[in-house]
Amino acid sequence: MTNIASIPYFIPEIVLVVFAVVIILYDLGSKKTGGNGAAYLGLVGLVIAVITALVIGSEDRSLFLGMVRLDSFAMFFKIIISVATAATILFSVRSSELDPETKGEYYALLLAVTLGMYLMASSTHLLMIYLSLETVSLTSYILAGFLTHSPRSSEAAFKYITFGAISSGTMLFGISLLFGMTGTGDIMLISSKLGEMFSQGDVYPLAVLLSITFILAGVGYKIASVPFHMWSPDVYEGAPIPITAFLSVASKAAGFALFIRLFYSGFKSADASIDWSMMLAVVSALTMTVGNLAALPQQNVKRLLAYSSISHGGFLLMGGVLLTSEGLQAILIYLIIYLFMNLGAFFVVILIANEVGSETIDGYRGLVSRAPLIAVSMAIFLFSLTGLPPLAGFAGKWILFAAVIKEKLYWLAVIGLLNSVVALYYYVRIVKAMFLESSDDTESLSFSPGSLVLLLIFVVPTLLLGIYWNPLYELSRASLGKLMG
Amino acid sequence: MLSLMIFIPLLGMLVVLFAIRREQEELAKRVTFIITLIPLLIAVFLFIDYDRSASGHQYEEDMMWIEAFNIRYHVGIDGLSVTLVLLTALLGPICVLASWKIDKGIKAYLALFLLLETGMIGFFCALDMFLFYVFFELTLLPMYFLIGIWGGERREYAAIKFFLYTLFGSVLMLIAMIAVYLKSGTDDVARTFDIPTLINLAKTPGHALADPTFQIWAFLGFFIGFAVKVPIFPFHTWLPDAHVEAPTAISVILAGILLKMGTYGLVRVNFAMLPEGMDFFCNGKGTWGNSLAILGFINIVYGSLCALAQTDFKKLVAYSSIGHMGFVLIGLAARNESGLTGAILQMFNHGVISAMLFLLVGVVYDRAHHREINGFGGLGSKMPIYTGITTLAFMASLGLPGLSGFVGEALSLLGAYSKFKVLTILSTAGIVVGAAYFLWTLQRVFLGELNPKYEAITEINGREIATLVPLGILTIVLGIWPSIAIDMFREAVSLLPLVQ
Repeated sequence: MTNIASIPYFIPEIVLVVFAVVIILYDLGSKKTGGNGAAYLGLVGLVIAVITALVIGSEDRSLFLGMVRLDSFAMFFKIIISVATAATILFSVRSSELDPETKGEYYALLLAVTLGMYLMASSTHLLMIYLSLETVSLTSYILAGFLTHSPRSSEAAFKYITFGAISSGTMLFGISLLFGMTGTGDIMLISSKLGEMFSQGDVYPLAVLLSITFILAGVGYKIASVPFHMWSPDVYEGAPIPITAFLSVASKAAGFALFIRLFYSGFKSADASIDWSMMLAVVSALTMTVGNLAALPQQNVKRLLAYSSISHGGFLLMGGVLLTSEGLQAILIYLIIYLFMNLGAFFVVILIANEVGSETIDGYRGLVSRAPLIAVSMAIFLFSLTGLPPLAGFAGKWILFAAVIKEKLYWLAVIGLLNSVVALYYYVRIVKAMFLESSDDTESLSFSPGSLVLLLIFVVPTLLLGIYWNPLYELSRASLGKLMG
Repeated sequence: MLSLMIFIPLLGMLVVLFAIRREQEELAKRVTFIITLIPLLIAVFLFIDYDRSASGHQYEEDMMWIEAFNIRYHVGIDGLSVTLVLLTALLGPICVLASWKIDKGIKAYLALFLLLETGMIGFFCALDMFLFYVFFELTLLPMYFLIGIWGGERREYAAIKFFLYTLFGSVLMLIAMIAVYLKSGTDDVARTFDIPTLINLAKTPGHALADPTFQIWAFLGFFIGFAVKVPIFPFHTWLPDAHVEAPTAISVILAGILLKMGTYGLVRVNFAMLPEGMDFFCNGKGTWGNSLAILGFINIVYGSLCALAQTDFKKLVAYSSIGHMGFVLIGLAARNESGLTGAILQMFNHGVISAMLFLLVGVVYDRAHHREINGFGGLGSKMPIYTGITTLAFMASLGLPGLSGFVGEALSLLGAYSKFKVLTILSTAGIVVGAAYFLWTLQRVFLGELNPKYEAITEINGREIATLVPLGILTIVLGIWPSIAIDMFREAVSLLPLVQ
């Protein structure tokens, strides 16, 4: 579809840009009042973007001369990302970390990063993929460093940039190799071209492997897989908590969208002679193990959740190892569930940081007597992250492992499940502090009704999706529909 | 009917949590007691109404739950589960009574207890493998909190140890379960979690599930999951810690029901569904062929010897549980009618007797605030009723003929003797040691000079007697007239893949 003809199908992205600009203008006009107007403008923008996206529908269309694709797969991720952004905006309003003076830019940047993620989920051209990745990265750097008074936050931003620059440079190199070999940037064409080259024997498998590995560096950086995970604990710890929550969910989701598109639509035809599913399996096993082991000794809950989020990335990657439809479906389902349980856990961290002023496990002591509802919710999120039935995390875990075992990767399943035992240990440390230990401070904490309602929005799906998850399965199948052909 | 039994406690949990105010402790306890009476009433009805001559499952309920994986909500009971459902329902109100003195956060305690009861009854009724697993794991969370919050000195350590061990076992079980599901069909033939269907498929020659190599691996996965729960040596080390730290009622549930979840799983899944795997580990040939019987033997002798060495009353009872579960294992390994009958009967009997023992330990602990066996002496003169009931429980547990413990153990050993002669003879040593530690304890605690510290110790009270009497009656009745229980599961045992 030509550029002009594509514009009507690009309205959701345009809405995001417009609202980002509107927020900045609004902020200029209302610098002194310090209200939450910018945040609500951001929310309105997101809602309009999602509604227009739904109205446009997900009929398969190639936009902007093959740069971007509109399909149910992209739609799925756009909605996930929008929900995560909306939650982040609501969290930010309630977080006392952020300086009200600078909130305008903050929300404008959040919309910009959302735009980048929309594009990550829908790009089908290597150039566009690289651009969308950079859009997300650059805005994330600023957001991670948003606490200008905190050295930790600046450190986070700096580390993020350094790692980001290296991995995106590596990725760009991989892209150039691939372009050199195939003469095209369109991943559909690359797919058929690679298939052709392999069937004719007209290719150096090593060169293809090298370029795909380099590209994986860029994707691996986004989903924080070993060995590109090093940035994430520091960034997660230093960034404002809402941004940490956002990065751990939305950034990961967008990364997986990119991963699936690249590897499933693009590189799968190179499968014949290159065994990179073994490489992915090893990366997946290492990622979850490293994440979990590193989480064990953490005292800072934010950092602990950062490592746990690395290990969940490894879990998710298991579904992508063999690129079967069951595996990809499992990734999609797990992402929905992960969205609720992880954002919920981070929201509790925000509430506790606000009220108790502590991010360490010690700050959670005796929480059950001070704020029973919060403590029980946190326990639900943590046990769901562990994957205990009948909570949603178990459904996600179950579908993932069913996909892995179906492909007879028993060793990976065993490593994955043993990791969930390790995970139990560190999640339970927080639960233990909340329920089994007592605090010197016994004064009960009070939270605004709005916060409690927001909390319930995450608790209820975490409970219900564990009991009945058939709709998730249908939804994920429909979302993958066209991609699977 | 069964769903009612499973979910009434869950409903009760919500009532206790949301309908009762924090100050109304007495009310919360009464309401919980009444709620736990409902499953008991249903259980009594089941006991009367259960068709002992029919084969297959009764009171079945079956409906689709998650279409995508053909997961069904399928519950029903047969001879294997009916006695354990009865036991669970009976211990419910008894444990609520035994928890009457708990003063810290009673509302949360009762709510967790009710959740636990849902998990346990559901587990024994589940006929869908997925549902079975969900209920199996559902007992973990409440148990963790019940031990961790209301336990003794080292409660945090004990609670997390219990949690980690069980989860470790159950993840291996999860892999085996998924593998069985995937093997039960193909992309074109619908796969299933339905346990009766799986049992039939595993017997069908040529079906992927009937493949011996597959069954051996699946057997191992399930076995480790259940072995942690039973607990079978060397997975047993969580048990003494959990038992010693748990409050009385929770110890009762642990010994009475949770350990049976392990052995029940072994019968229901490993024995019935994986006969080829079972054969590999029980055919009496070589090390592997004797392995289950050897583990049973180790449990009996090791458990009993450890019990003999304990000076903590509760730890002694905990280790004696390990020993008694060994009889279940060795009876299972025999794979004949006598062994299986003995094993299943022993599950029920041990549930009753160990529940009594833990309740009795709780009675003396509430008064003396310690459990050091050597720290008592001569209590018989001050607490004659208590001494009488304790003697009954000890005698039942050490296997005195005429009381229930004897029948199960004798049948297990009888069955095992035809298959594993040497191991069976060696295992009887466990009975002798069992007699030794119980009699020695009896002597140290109740006989001799009265320890002057306990001049003022009070006799067992009415509430405590009420928790013990039903169990005491059961041990006597089942000792004299065991067929009242055996009739319930005779038909189910004959349907198992027995090997003469």
